[in-house]
Amino acid sequence: MKKCCLFVLFVFCASVAMAQDASQLIKKVKAKLELVDNYEATGVMKTDIAFIKAPIGKIKIYFKKPNLFKIKKEGGISLLPKGGLSVNLSSLIASSNYSTIDAGIQDLGSKKLRVVKLLPNEESSDVVISTLYINEKESLIEKAVTTTKENGTYTMLMRYGAFSNYGLPDQVVFEFNTKNYKLPKGITLEFEDDSKPLTAAQQLKNKKGRVEINYKNYVVNKGIPAAIFN
Amino acid sequence: MYSLVQVELYKIFKRPRTYIAFGAVAALIGIIQFGLKLDGKSYLDFMLNDLSSSLEIDGKILNGYLVCYVMLQLLLVHVPLLIALIAADMISGEANMGTLRLLLIKPYSRTTLLLAKFIAATIYTLLLLVWLAILALFGSMLLFGTDDMFLLKTSYVVLLKESDVFWRYIGAFGFAALAMTTVASLGFFLSVFAENSIGPIVATMSVIVFFTILSTLNIPIFNLIKPYLFTTHMIGWKEFFDIKVNDSNEAIIGSIQNPDKIIKAAVVLFIHTIGFFVATVLVFRKKDILS
Amino acid sequence: MSSVIQVRGLTKKFGQQFTAVNDLSFSVHKGDVYGFLGQNGAGKSTTIRMLLSLIEPTAGEIEIFGLPLAANRSAIMQKVGAVIEKPAMYEYLTAYQNLKIFSALSGVSKTKTKLLQELGVVGLAARAQDNVGTFSQGMKQRLAIAMAMVNDPELILLDEPTNGLDPQGIADIRNLILNLSREQGKTVLVSSHLLSEIEQVATRLIIIDKGCKLVEGDSKELFDTSKTVVAIQTLDNKKATELLLQSNWAGQLLVNRSSDKEIFMQLDEKHLPSLHKSLVEMGIGVLSVKPMHSLEDYFLQITSTPKYV
Repeated sequence: MKKCCLFVLFVFCASVAMAQDASQLIKKVKAKLELVDNYEATGVMKTDIAFIKAPIGKIKIYFKKPNLFKIKKEGGISLLPKGGLSVNLSSLIASSNYSTIDAGIQDLGSKKLRVVKLLPNEESSDVVISTLYINEKESLIEKAVTTTKENGTYTMLMRYGAFSNYGLPDQVVFEFNTKNYKLPKGITLEFEDDSKPLTAAQQLKNKKGRVEINYKNYVVNKGIPAAIFN
Repeated sequence: MYSLVQVELYKIFKRPRTYIAFGAVAALIGIIQFGLKLDGKSYLDFMLNDLSSSLEIDGKILNGYLVCYVMLQLLLVHVPLLIALIAADMISGEANMGTLRLLLIKPYSRTTLLLAKFIAATIYTLLLLVWLAILALFGSMLLFGTDDMFLLKTSYVVLLKESDVFWRYIGAFGFAALAMTTVASLGFFLSVFAENSIGPIVATMSVIVFFTILSTLNIPIFNLIKPYLFTTHMIGWKEFFDIKVNDSNEAIIGSIQNPDKIIKAAVVLFIHTIGFFVATVLVFRKKDILS
Repeated sequence: MSSVIQVRGLTKKFGQQFTAVNDLSFSVHKGDVYGFLGQNGAGKSTTIRMLLSLIEPTAGEIEIFGLPLAANRSAIMQKVGAVIEKPAMYEYLTAYQNLKIFSALSGVSKTKTKLLQELGVVGLAARAQDNVGTFSQGMKQRLAIAMAMVNDPELILLDEPTNGLDPQGIADIRNLILNLSREQGKTVLVSSHLLSEIEQVATRLIIIDKGCKLVEGDSKELFDTSKTVVAIQTLDNKKATELLLQSNWAGQLLVNRSSDKEIFMQLDEKHLPSLHKSLVEMGIGVLSVKPMHSLEDYFLQITSTPKYV
């Protein structure tokens, strides 16, 4: 019995210690991200949603602490998954009002990454849970899976390059669930059924949307007028 | 021949009736533009209702290019009625006035006269479309500006880059010109049979309305005959606004999803036009002019 | 004399039942004013429309200017002008615009001055720029004639040109026809259902009924006074007829046509005084003796009792 209690205690202590490790890690990641007060970048956005036919678009990305984020397509129309807020990492961990749970180490490709789950403490938060896959050595988030109340679950995959010091990715791939899209013909005034019959694989793919942003030319901490975010 | 066409055009454009169509097109376009300018947002919200639950759509969606598309969608179904007003009157109207017999005792063959009349009706049709293009496309471009074109189709949406739109309109108007010429040829054909204008005008309109309804209805038994109705092919201009995607679902700028569909529709319409005209000539050459 | 129009065995059937023109043959000579007579529905318009290739004949041949019509339509039509039934024109255009259109269609380019001058000839100079829709029937008819003349045709076909015109209008048309024929040497074919109009202008004429030719010939011959029909009314026609049958005049009596109301006789006009005298001598109470030397009577006779020539 004692042994058992000890074991429980040990496990508990250990998990607390690990949790502390996890929050330390988050803090480190956050500290790195906080080096960036604001940035401006150009990039290329690729939208891959089964029911959307869109060309690759040149975009400009603006960020300002704490959570101002804007993607602008130069003179065009941009399609972003609902909750575009989440495309930026800092906003994920901007507040400190969450609990962290260490979920061990997982492989992502050839890398071994620390998995940390963030649970917001506020009931009202839209985010239910975020799972971060963190490269401990570099203090960089390589993958994040976030489940929200309103907009389902989405996954972000990051690839880093020249701006890894600031925790700024070169590429973000954003995957999310989409609902089926169908408009009545009465509205579109189409006579012929132009929807191609979908194969099973396509049906499956249909459910997943993917937005890929490749960043170029980061300009960090040079100041951005607030008006851009309006 | 040239002077015959000239005379036919002179007659068309001296008639008050001719300008009804131009006036109607201007009024319709004006009203739609006014409405969209005033309350385009609620129209957009309605259209985007389904999409905006999962996507954030940012940018000037309601720009001139989209407005023009919306108007073409609405108008190109009804412009045939305006074309019928003139085309179906080309022969029957003359029969009604009694001037047909005067034309036919001039030193031209009936075929030449019909050709001149048909060319004149086609020119009228084209001018109506040019007028439509000026107001709907250029007018909207001026009023609403230009931007990328965000198009909702029944089962997917298409985003066209601003620079990739204008040529599509040229194609679309070109196609519409062919489609409307087919309508003109139908009206022209029907106008051989009557000695008053109302009959063929109403008959042309009825055929178009009837066929269009058959084309629109999604009932399996009608689907079988759809490919044979020229009205089904009249909306082929929309194909210019559908873009191809590559394997990674990325739109290929400057491409058309189904160019073969456009070609097929154009061929069907062209054959109909020629068919109607030839039938007109065959009937008219043998016709006793009793009016 | 050369034939401007030569028609042989012309037939037009509408459907299986109705024969509008039946085996009609006639010829119009150069310089003729050719009267084309018949009641309404006799087949005049159908024939004229066949001459203009508006209606295709079921059978028969038409030659105009010595050329078969079907094969030489365009060449022939260049030298033909026509007014067919009620005048037709573009009512939303002015008189000048109408004339301009038909001038262009005839392949003649005329200056505005020239066209206005031609409108002046038909008395429309003052209304040249008014919409035809506002014109009276007579004005329209005059414009229609100007339109038919715009290509300076050699042959002019006028189908019922006096329909709907007032007496002055009718007189104008008559003078115009005479002018065209005598002054300008044109060949004119003019149809009418009223003999009175034709008899004053026609040099030759044809009378048709139910699509068939009744008579064709020179006006002079047809108006031959040696065969004048006389209508006699007496106090007692029955008795008078009996007396006449017994007299020398029996041969001139038209028994079949005579009735209780009127007695008809056919005789040379110069014998009328002696007929008059005989009637008095026979004690017949004469109310009237009416010589019907106009073709009108002849026209009425043969069109009401068909006997094909």
